[in-house]
Amino acid sequence: MELLYQMFPLALMSAVPLILGALGGLYSERCGIVNIAVDGTMQIGAFVACCTIIFCERGGVPNTITPWLALLVAIISGMLFIAIHGVASIHFRADQTISGTALNVLAGGLTIYFCQILFDGKKQSDYYAMTSSFTRINVPILKDIPVIGPMFFQNAYITTYIAFFLVVLTWYLVYKTPFGLRLRSCGEYPQASASMGVNVVKTRWKGLLISGALSGLAGAVLIMTTSSYYYVGTVHGLGFVAIATLIFGQWNPWGCLFAGIFFGFAQTLGYFSSSIPMLMGLPVEFYSIFPYVITIIALILFSGRSMAPKASGEIYDAGKR
Amino acid sequence: MKSKLKVTTKRKDSGEKKHSHLTISLIAVAVGLIFAFLLTILTGRSPFDLLTALVRSMTGFNLQNLGSFNIMYVLNWFLNAVPIIMTGLSVAFAYRTGLFNIGGEGQIIAGSTAAAAVALLVKLPPIIHPIACILAAAAAGALWGFLPGFLKAYRGINEVVICIMMNYCGMYACAWFTKVFLPIDPNTNDRTIAIMESAELKQVFSNSTSQFNWGFIVALLAVVLFWFVIEKTTFGYSLRATGFNKEAARFAGMKVERNITMSMMISGALTGIAGALLILGIYRYGRIFTSFDNFGFDGISVALVGGSTGIGVLLAGMLFGLFKAASGNLQLFNIPKEISELIQAIIIYLVAIQYAIVLLLDKISERKIKKKEIEEKPEGGNV
Repeated sequence: MELLYQMFPLALMSAVPLILGALGGLYSERCGIVNIAVDGTMQIGAFVACCTIIFCERGGVPNTITPWLALLVAIISGMLFIAIHGVASIHFRADQTISGTALNVLAGGLTIYFCQILFDGKKQSDYYAMTSSFTRINVPILKDIPVIGPMFFQNAYITTYIAFFLVVLTWYLVYKTPFGLRLRSCGEYPQASASMGVNVVKTRWKGLLISGALSGLAGAVLIMTTSSYYYVGTVHGLGFVAIATLIFGQWNPWGCLFAGIFFGFAQTLGYFSSSIPMLMGLPVEFYSIFPYVITIIALILFSGRSMAPKASGEIYDAGKR
Repeated sequence: MKSKLKVTTKRKDSGEKKHSHLTISLIAVAVGLIFAFLLTILTGRSPFDLLTALVRSMTGFNLQNLGSFNIMYVLNWFLNAVPIIMTGLSVAFAYRTGLFNIGGEGQIIAGSTAAAAVALLVKLPPIIHPIACILAAAAAGALWGFLPGFLKAYRGINEVVICIMMNYCGMYACAWFTKVFLPIDPNTNDRTIAIMESAELKQVFSNSTSQFNWGFIVALLAVVLFWFVIEKTTFGYSLRATGFNKEAARFAGMKVERNITMSMMISGALTGIAGALLILGIYRYGRIFTSFDNFGFDGISVALVGGSTGIGVLLAGMLFGLFKAASGNLQLFNIPKEISELIQAIIIYLVAIQYAIVLLLDKISERKIKKKEIEEKPEGGNV
């Protein structure tokens, strides 16, 4: 039990970027745009957040504002970055997978290129003090609840609660509001929604921009909770794990939440496996490979009745029936 | 489409496809290069240095010191082109069957590991040994391509997602395999001991400092075979038919499911061979991968720019090989070598939005025609 209390905050910490990235993917796939650029957007978000913190430190901005400023800048840059994908996939009928691939390559190049420009030719950014980022907090009163207290409310980052809040908000937005209905209809049958007076282009733009914002946020949260500098391996394909989370969560915010925690837990188990006698024999790679294998299995199991939005990845052609 | 029709009716002489793939590719490459030059200026580096680096990698001459010439640079250019021609062919092969093989990273790692295993554990005479390694790599790559193809064909699951998952599965599974089954170099602990000499691909010019080796023959053979299989055989025809219209192909009696699975496996095999060429010709030891080398992603750009034809992939592979080869020179001039990645990203993006480029070209030619009409009219009126 002691081990579980130690593990759970860590699992949540590694789950949060996955959940946020998956929510980002959810908005764009629900409005009919395949977004494999989640990984690239996370890289941009992480890099921009890191730079913001470093330059705030140098400029003497107080510690209480810095992390929030970093999140904000990451969100904005995520939206700007994904707009490139939007122009291609909404207006220019691009193959969305190819355009997304271009963005992933672009993000990898841009971040390291500017690393070397900004930090005197080094392939990684300077370090920033952990105090300039978010620090771990204990939630008063709630932390004393037995079992749940130590698991959720001790040693936690505030970003974890932001992520939980965003899951609830997404569920409400997507399933309970007119905007959500329009968003989902554009992902299922855009021609039908256009016939009902929905502006498909506008709706897709909204969905995609929210997606970029959340992916950028995911990157920022990732770097601010797990690292103190940016380098090429900061994101390390976690954007693709986020897509795996989305698929395993069956394109549903609650599903994403649980899939995210599940994958986060699986990753954390890797760090602790040496102290759990039952798991000692398994190689470290087993824990890293876990989310990907599980996703493939989930895809096979759900293949008959997939919940994937039907028109996702399809070029919207108003003249098509 | 509409505007295209409008223009073609105006210009009676050209009824066929107006803007070839070559035009679009050339525009994409030009814009990518212009962007790179602008970015070097914006970030305070000299664009002339960028040009020097590119020219030096291409010709061996140094623009800033005209007397010096080193053939090594040219050989390194070819050396860098070989693996991405292979991965480019791989992506192109799948693309012609209507599949998007983004699983190159996993396939190349599987191929590298298989080649290293045969090169380390099996004793064979020279010449036969590298061939065995390459065949093993092809088999491993095909194995990695099998699952996405099979699931796409028989269960209708999007191959892109499975490919991405297989990439990471490949990386971790092969790291585990290498650590457990292959002899690890005790000095570094992050790679295996050197492969047997009989398995190495020898340098073509043994007196040169370049690693340029006989592996390029494999790439050239692959280009010819690719062209032959896709364009000249019944199998290739039915693959292309499957790519054009699955249902029509099925109706014509082609085995669509088998075609999709086979195409993905052959595509994987081609990428696997690229991995073998890298291990046998350049590294000469087995590697424990902790990140991707991006050869698979390079293959996507090569295939897109090359229009998924054999000769196109060869040329595009040479082009991207040049960018890769130039990266060392770039670093000498204090330009981050990631600029070649940026050029590549822009080229992929522009090929993706070729619809917009076609529209733009149409507009330009429309204006030209109007101008001509205006110029021609007064003449006609006078006579």
